[in-house]
Amino acid sequence: MANSRRISMIILAVVIILFAVSWILKTMTLQAAGTDGLLSIRDAFFITFAAFLTLAIFSFLYKDNPYYKFAEHLFVGVSAAYWMSVGFWSTFVGNFIPKVSTSLSDFFEVPPKEFEIHYFVPLILGIMLLMRLSTKVGWLSRWSLAFIVGTTAGLNLIRYLRTDFITQVSNTFVPLLVDWKGIGPFFSDFSLNASGQVVMTLANWMIFVGVFSGLIYFFFSKEHKGFFGYASRVGIWVLMITFGASFGYTVMGRVSLLVGRLTFLFKDWLGLVN
Amino acid sequence: MSNIGLILSIAVIVGGLLWLTIRSLSGREVERRIIFLFIGIAVSIPLLFDITFSEKATPIVKGIYDKIENLPSGSRILISFDYGPSMAPEVEPMSNAFVRHSLAKDHKVVIMGLWATGQSLGASAVENVIKSEFPDKVDGVDYINIGYKAGNQGVLNVIITDFRKMYATDVNGVDLDSVEIFKGIRSLKDMDLMISVGGGFPGIKEWVLFAADPGNIPLAGGSAAVSTPLLYPYYPKQLIGLLGGIKGAAEYESEMKKNYPRFADMPTPGIKMMGPQTLAHMVVMAFIIIGNLSFFFAKRKKSDG
Repeated sequence: MANSRRISMIILAVVIILFAVSWILKTMTLQAAGTDGLLSIRDAFFITFAAFLTLAIFSFLYKDNPYYKFAEHLFVGVSAAYWMSVGFWSTFVGNFIPKVSTSLSDFFEVPPKEFEIHYFVPLILGIMLLMRLSTKVGWLSRWSLAFIVGTTAGLNLIRYLRTDFITQVSNTFVPLLVDWKGIGPFFSDFSLNASGQVVMTLANWMIFVGVFSGLIYFFFSKEHKGFFGYASRVGIWVLMITFGASFGYTVMGRVSLLVGRLTFLFKDWLGLVN
Repeated sequence: MSNIGLILSIAVIVGGLLWLTIRSLSGREVERRIIFLFIGIAVSIPLLFDITFSEKATPIVKGIYDKIENLPSGSRILISFDYGPSMAPEVEPMSNAFVRHSLAKDHKVVIMGLWATGQSLGASAVENVIKSEFPDKVDGVDYINIGYKAGNQGVLNVIITDFRKMYATDVNGVDLDSVEIFKGIRSLKDMDLMISVGGGFPGIKEWVLFAADPGNIPLAGGSAAVSTPLLYPYYPKQLIGLLGGIKGAAEYESEMKKNYPRFADMPTPGIKMMGPQTLAHMVVMAFIIIGNLSFFFAKRKKSDG
């Protein structure tokens, strides 16, 4: 126990020393590049601190540790505070104040607008939502929540029905022979261009077969035998290929984030690349 | 230098993978940290040696490029920054490319965000792209950042009929009624093109649902790779184009470099990121092959023994 505590203290000391050295070196680099004295000290601190936080998060790849926890908690806290303060300035000060009070608009330096009494409705609902913090009148927050759930459900129902169902169904009605002018022109104009006739026809066939077999796979009222069974197996293949493509995209996304952080470390912190 | 890097990285990775194959085929476990190390090497070496590959725009990317290109000068383009810093390395190259291309064509650019973090990232695009590369463009005349408003898809539901019910001022507190760019703009329907850049909620899907479809307004998207497969069904009828992950950004950047000599020396983070991407993907594919080989090898060994 005492040994692990000693090791932790040694690691902490090393981290502090490395941080200080990095800060000093970065300040000197910035000053050499022409940044003003105090500004260079400030910028160097932020770059070093950002590098420390990046490495702290990366350290989780080895195992869970206090530096990772510190960075994680700091991120959560800063994010929550950021969203709250931006919400206050953009919505409360930006939208509410100009519509209800000229003197408050002057105080917050936003142009006042014509008085609109109905803007007090969201204010009251917002206050009721905060009542959740009280054990006695916490039930009041349910009214606001009910309003939010009701309006969101109502809005989404109509839009999803039209855009994600009706329009999507109509999007699958694609011509299975694109720009067909007969066999002669098909062979004389043959090209494997991505937006050409052959590729587009194949793409439309893939949409047709994919949707058809995918729907059959999820149709459970008939036993998957014979033609139905074959189509259902094609449906499984379509689903598997889709999941594979999604996985590939996820790998690409995660690698991009890693590249972003490594670029910061190599470029902004260590100055190894331009 | 780039060739030396490429040879070095291939040598290190191939050597390592061979060692890994022998190790796993002999039945010994490979620790997950070794896999992390391989990915780290595959990503770091191309970055350090500046290894890049050529890119060509696919029709789904070209659709957006051509739309911006063919709109008459002075058209209104709205770019929504619907992402946060955690997604920025992947989608920021897209938003910067859209802003750059739109202003190069003398379009009017309106910047907004459905994410609170989008407001400051939009401001960062104003500083890093507009003010540095287009110093002649005037805030409030050629571009404007109207920032973020809370309400997710509710915001779209309001601004599709009236911007001013939701936005009284821009991010600097300037009255929207007094700015030149907003003269003649009442709602989203007055936009010639809308572009949402993001990858979460609210994002491109909400723009399709609550703005593009009901208002019949052209919409394009730049999406984080993770959400891209979910957005493909909207192309080409509900989305005129889509940049999927960093590959989409790289294709867009290559198209701009190809057609605009002034952008020959522009920053191309998308293209630069494709070097590490390619090598990292090759390593992941190799891992899948090695994993399967060792699995079948061990199975066969078991059945023989």
